[in-house]
Amino acid sequence: MQADTQPLLSVRDLVIEFTTENGVVRAADGISFDVHENETLGIVGESGCGKTVTGLSILGLIPSPPGRVAGGSIRFMGRELVGLPDSEMRNIRGRDISMIFQEPMTALNPVFTVGNQMTDVLRRHRGLTRRQARDAAIEMLAKVGIPVPAKRIDEYPHQLSGGMRQRVMIAMALSCDPKLLIADEPTTALDVTTQAQVLEQIAGLQSEFKMAVVLITHDLGIVAETCRRAIVMYCGRIVENAAIERLFEAPRHPYAKGLLESIPRLRRERLDELPIIPGRVPNLLHLPPGCRFAARCPRADALCREQSPALVPAGPHGDFIACHHPHPGQQAEPAA
Amino acid sequence: MSGRDQIPLLDVRNLTKYFAVRGGLLRRVVAQVRAVDGVSLSIGKGRTYGLVGESGCGKSTLGRAILRLHEPTSGEVLLDGHDILKLRRSELIDRRRRMQVIFQDPFASLSPRRTVAQIIREPLDVHRIGTAAEREERVIALLDDVGMGAEIRDRYPHEFSGGQRQRIGIARALALEPDFIVADEPVSALDVSVQSQVLNLIAGLKKTRGIAFLFISHDLAVIQHVSDEIGVMYLGRLVEHALVDDLYAAPKHPYTKALMSAIPIPDPKTKRSRIILKGDVPSPMNPPSGCPFHTRCPDVMEICRSVVPATINVGRKDLPHHVSCHLYS
Repeated sequence: MQADTQPLLSVRDLVIEFTTENGVVRAADGISFDVHENETLGIVGESGCGKTVTGLSILGLIPSPPGRVAGGSIRFMGRELVGLPDSEMRNIRGRDISMIFQEPMTALNPVFTVGNQMTDVLRRHRGLTRRQARDAAIEMLAKVGIPVPAKRIDEYPHQLSGGMRQRVMIAMALSCDPKLLIADEPTTALDVTTQAQVLEQIAGLQSEFKMAVVLITHDLGIVAETCRRAIVMYCGRIVENAAIERLFEAPRHPYAKGLLESIPRLRRERLDELPIIPGRVPNLLHLPPGCRFAARCPRADALCREQSPALVPAGPHGDFIACHHPHPGQQAEPAA
Repeated sequence: MSGRDQIPLLDVRNLTKYFAVRGGLLRRVVAQVRAVDGVSLSIGKGRTYGLVGESGCGKSTLGRAILRLHEPTSGEVLLDGHDILKLRRSELIDRRRRMQVIFQDPFASLSPRRTVAQIIREPLDVHRIGTAAEREERVIALLDDVGMGAEIRDRYPHEFSGGQRQRIGIARALALEPDFIVADEPVSALDVSVQSQVLNLIAGLKKTRGIAFLFISHDLAVIQHVSDEIGVMYLGRLVEHALVDDLYAAPKHPYTKALMSAIPIPDPKTKRSRIILKGDVPSPMNPPSGCPFHTRCPDVMEICRSVVPATINVGRKDLPHHVSCHLYS
């Protein structure tokens, strides 16, 4: 979407479907975005908006059946990942693209030591010997701030605290120097003080390792503090894609605006009523014909209820929006 | 502590709850987990006391110990001046009409095999209140109070979203017209756009019905909106307590300050220095000597390692601000 540099990752018109007892659900419907080198891109939205499946699809991890990538393309460093055989995907996964998950306790194998799980990756992707891999793993653990790594490496996941487990996951994900890290709610299971530690760690490692990060989260505070650009998803679709300052200062999509206003945040003055988005998210099995946000939207009219808005460029800065009646931008931007 | 009322609705004095850890072949008690370790607080009629802390600090255990859902180890819980810890089972059940609870997980706290009407009516059935027709009428009125229509009365919990289920849970808690409700993380399982709806509902109930709340949350931003006063818990103890505006304007305890600075701010223009705490919360099975926070405290002094700080009032007499920290003694 920016013409000057080739994006690291380029997702176009991605459709992900799941077969359920009650019919086929489109968990992601026409997702398009780019991630550039060294960039941190946030994907925000509420549960069920499709942010996690979008992240999983990049690594070819959509459970199939019942899920499948039903259309679109995912290009990573010029190479098409959709339809890539599993054997080739395995060479990319963990080496060029890594992922950290929300729940470190379920993502780590409880019957193997930390060292066992870490050296696996290193020996497979970097061809190290057992001894070399162990040394490299200890070095990585030290980098993510694990005290006494030479001792911790022989412990099992249940012996570690939640924050420590997530750090082990990060160490594992970064051990092969990936170009792209996908972090799916990496701090949601952690307490705020631990979250602050882990986020600081990720930011530091990102500049050290020069990798791009796709940060999937429901927490707009985290997005504001760590991302340069963010995508807001609603009901399987991208509604807005904008540079971070612009998104927080003058969100254009009514859902993005409502979401920003309704988050409980520390305030100088307490309000009598918190601003809300009325109603609730529609069921993916019974989607309305037009814009999926229309029933909750203060700006919706007949057009919105009939016709689904397409994701189109907005302004000269690489922003995108899918709305028939967006809020005006912060400045008078020339129409694209 | 709130000063204005002569007798507070609820007065908790030096409450402790220890859990025994058993081990070995004979299942002997090998250790104690000090989940709640000498907590005192009082809540006036119609007031909301926000209790904030991170996981494992004992805030949920405290809420349950007050209701005797966990039997406290020692201490007193006075409701209108009467110690409910001394009540026999039958008396307690009667007293529980005045004390209700809203749980965190609306998926686990509603029976999947009962209809909405049965769930909300159950407290009325248990306490034999009104005739069948009156109970039915009351269910409809309660549904209306939480913003739901009478047409859902015969549906089952699985048909509803998290926010709607939490409304059903709130209607059930209101059924007996309690004076006091323990709300244990009532919005943390909900999506942000729904959180605010439920918070507004709770704030409204407090205003229109004069119900007192103990509102338990890990989220300082959520708790600010609904609370009159706030207590901050760490490792089983209250480390700070103040009126809400005082606490947010001038937090005193180093832990409260760190907790506040750790919250990500949804505004990319705000740049601030964050207090990053070192290490993890110590185990409540083996709490540190002296001040429980000294292992992570950025302002730790020699005395903190050995002496437990007393709770002192650093505010005015009529507007108390309590803190347990050697920096202020």
